[in-house]
Amino acid sequence: MTAGTVTRQRADGPARSAGFARVLRAEWTKFRTVRGWVIGMVVAVLAMVLVGLFAAGSANIACGGGPGRPVKTGPACLPYIPAGPGGEAVTDSFYFVHQPLAGSGTITARVTSLTGLHTSGNAPAGGDPLAGMHKGVVPWAKAGIIIKGSTRPGTAYAAMMVTGGHGVRMQYDYTHDIAGLPGQVSAASPRWLRLTRSGDTVTGYDSADGSHWTRVGTVTMGGLPSTVQAGPFTTSPLSTVTSPFFGGASSQTGPSQATGVFDHLSLTGRSPGGGWAGVSIGGGPDSPGTGIGAFHRAGGRYMVTGSGDIAPDVTGPGSAFPTATIEDHLVGAFAGLIVVAVIAAMFITGEYRRGLIRVTLAASPRRGQLLAAKAIVIGSVTFVTGLAASAFVVVLGTRLSRDQGLYVLPVSWLTEVRVVAGTAALLAVAAILALALGTMLRRSAAAVTAAVAAIVVPYILGVASVLPLGAAEWLLRITPAAAFAIQQSIPQYPQVDTAYTPPAYFPLAPWAGLAVLCAWTAAALAGAAVLLRRRDA
Amino acid sequence: MNRLPLQAAALRAEWTKLRTMPGTFWLLAAVVAATVGVSAAAAAATRCPARLTCPVDTGKLSLTGVQLGQAMAAILAVLAIGGEYSSGMIRVTLAAMPCRVAVLAAKAAVVAGLTLAAGTVAVAGSVLAGALVLPGHGFTPAHGFPVLSLADGPVLRAAAGSVLYLSLISLLALGVAAAVRDTAVAIGTVLALLYLFPIIAAVAASSQWQRHLQQLGPTTAGLEIQATRNLHGLPISPWAGLGVLAVWAAAAVLAGGLQLRFRDA
Repeated sequence: MTAGTVTRQRADGPARSAGFARVLRAEWTKFRTVRGWVIGMVVAVLAMVLVGLFAAGSANIACGGGPGRPVKTGPACLPYIPAGPGGEAVTDSFYFVHQPLAGSGTITARVTSLTGLHTSGNAPAGGDPLAGMHKGVVPWAKAGIIIKGSTRPGTAYAAMMVTGGHGVRMQYDYTHDIAGLPGQVSAASPRWLRLTRSGDTVTGYDSADGSHWTRVGTVTMGGLPSTVQAGPFTTSPLSTVTSPFFGGASSQTGPSQATGVFDHLSLTGRSPGGGWAGVSIGGGPDSPGTGIGAFHRAGGRYMVTGSGDIAPDVTGPGSAFPTATIEDHLVGAFAGLIVVAVIAAMFITGEYRRGLIRVTLAASPRRGQLLAAKAIVIGSVTFVTGLAASAFVVVLGTRLSRDQGLYVLPVSWLTEVRVVAGTAALLAVAAILALALGTMLRRSAAAVTAAVAAIVVPYILGVASVLPLGAAEWLLRITPAAAFAIQQSIPQYPQVDTAYTPPAYFPLAPWAGLAVLCAWTAAALAGAAVLLRRRDA
Repeated sequence: MNRLPLQAAALRAEWTKLRTMPGTFWLLAAVVAATVGVSAAAAAATRCPARLTCPVDTGKLSLTGVQLGQAMAAILAVLAIGGEYSSGMIRVTLAAMPCRVAVLAAKAAVVAGLTLAAGTVAVAGSVLAGALVLPGHGFTPAHGFPVLSLADGPVLRAAAGSVLYLSLISLLALGVAAAVRDTAVAIGTVLALLYLFPIIAAVAASSQWQRHLQQLGPTTAGLEIQATRNLHGLPISPWAGLGVLAVWAAAAVLAGGLQLRFRDA
């Protein structure tokens, strides 16, 4: 009996898989021999590319001007943006009191005060305007000690700092942030900070009393040269207030500055140059901030005033220059998506309209297999087509934008591949969703509208309507429109305050967003399989 | 002399066809449900805390659902003529009514009329939902937000304009469907016209182009009719915006009419 079962499975297995291969082949033949569908795929590519290049090509950047200066256009307007050790665009502007440190060594300082001025928002009650600025320190104002490759912007660094509203932090190489002691700094509760370099390893410590030290983090940094610059620093980023509403001024930004007071400053190790020298790092016209930087020494007390930030660049309001992201060139994906949804829905509704479905089901009676074969064919065709179109438009559009003088934030090649392949996957899954809806509804008009209404309408309500931010973010979390998170190339950094709002920033992580669309599609496919099996064709 | 009876007969025939089509009632119900549902959800999701000044256009907010309702109106219009092409019924229609322009005019009248009726219910429901929900969410007269009322000039214009907007969208969809003769391609084209302009405008690199796209798009320009505040900041004035949509609809119906008149069915 057991032997019989085994034999039957053996006989059945290959036959079944051969049967599925045949169904798959039949569906592929159907797809490629309907001229309208092949033309449709070409139209989808053209729509993606043309819309994307139009969005990139319409930049018309002009800069300069003013009395006696010519107006510049195009690449002459590209700002100078330093690149961090990871290749990302960074802001690196602060006031640095430094001296060289050769090889291993330790720098220690006590911070007793961090105060500041800012132009807008977050003003504490009773802030009095001083030259248009309010008293008050912005949450990510930083004062602390830093070990940095050189005084050139963009070099590797590790720093221990007190912040305006986020306690003690250890930050390194622009994108990394580790929390230390919480709470505000004041004369009554000062903060002791220490950085120790030993070879390629930098360790940060903090302490409330200068005798009990806590290790905050140890990082291995390959990018530090043998002689580094070490010393206290202060900086203060743009103050940002985001209104919970769209429309009009949803976000206000303005420069700010901060002053940190240090004492008990000591540097141990082999230090070739004596004495502390103050320098303003990276305070060019493209950097945010007031451009003010200074330091005063009175006995053992150092007052360091600075403005700017040491952080990754993000896209958003408040940039000193227009920026774009690589995914800005993929706006044509919406046009491509609508075309693909039409083709995918017709792939099944066309059979119902012409009665071909009865022939198809007579030839391959396993209805689940038929649906799977159709999904694989339309999904693969769309993926390949979408991959070609999005790769082309991202590469060409980025170049076109830069030629126009629009600064496109650089990303790693891995991120670029994720954005391009993710867009292709998004289109493929959307096509399968349209196919499933077509199977359930059997009418192309209803199926196409359902697919587009599910994916595109929540996106529009989220990015271009009067909905408040909270509601828009919920829409982009639970509806299939969440999938566009896969296109977000610049991550959200908790240590950088800006307006993290759609369409530049999505509430879900890239793959989680795509997974939401996949879940909706899986549910629709399951419903389609059940209905296809239960209903007469 | 017999022009009027012909038109009346065409109208009667189209009315009978659309009335007896199984999907018509459900699509009209969907226009109402989608519009009122999304509008009410948008109002329910918006709150104005007492200490903030809220830059919210309550009139526009309570009519948000038109964004989805228009898609349902578009399906109805596309099926009214596309369905005849897919079933071959169009040949019977044209045999019975050889004056093709009269056929299209009758279809346009019936579809626009039905959408007007459904749109009136949908918009009235949306405004009512807004008037009931918003005062409880901080949008009170004391806070500078009078309760939504059709007696208020801008609100009446936004509401009546939204009804006209839905009708014009149905005419646009009818014209496109008559021109391309295939329901799937027609609905794809219509949805692209409706939804691509706002998205491309949202990411266009230059603010100049953003403004142009908002002035040109059938939905972006047409929906400015819903604005009740900050009218000076609009890319195009409310009635001019609805005019842009009317031009789109007229162009689509003209294209459809020419296709019907000069091409074999």
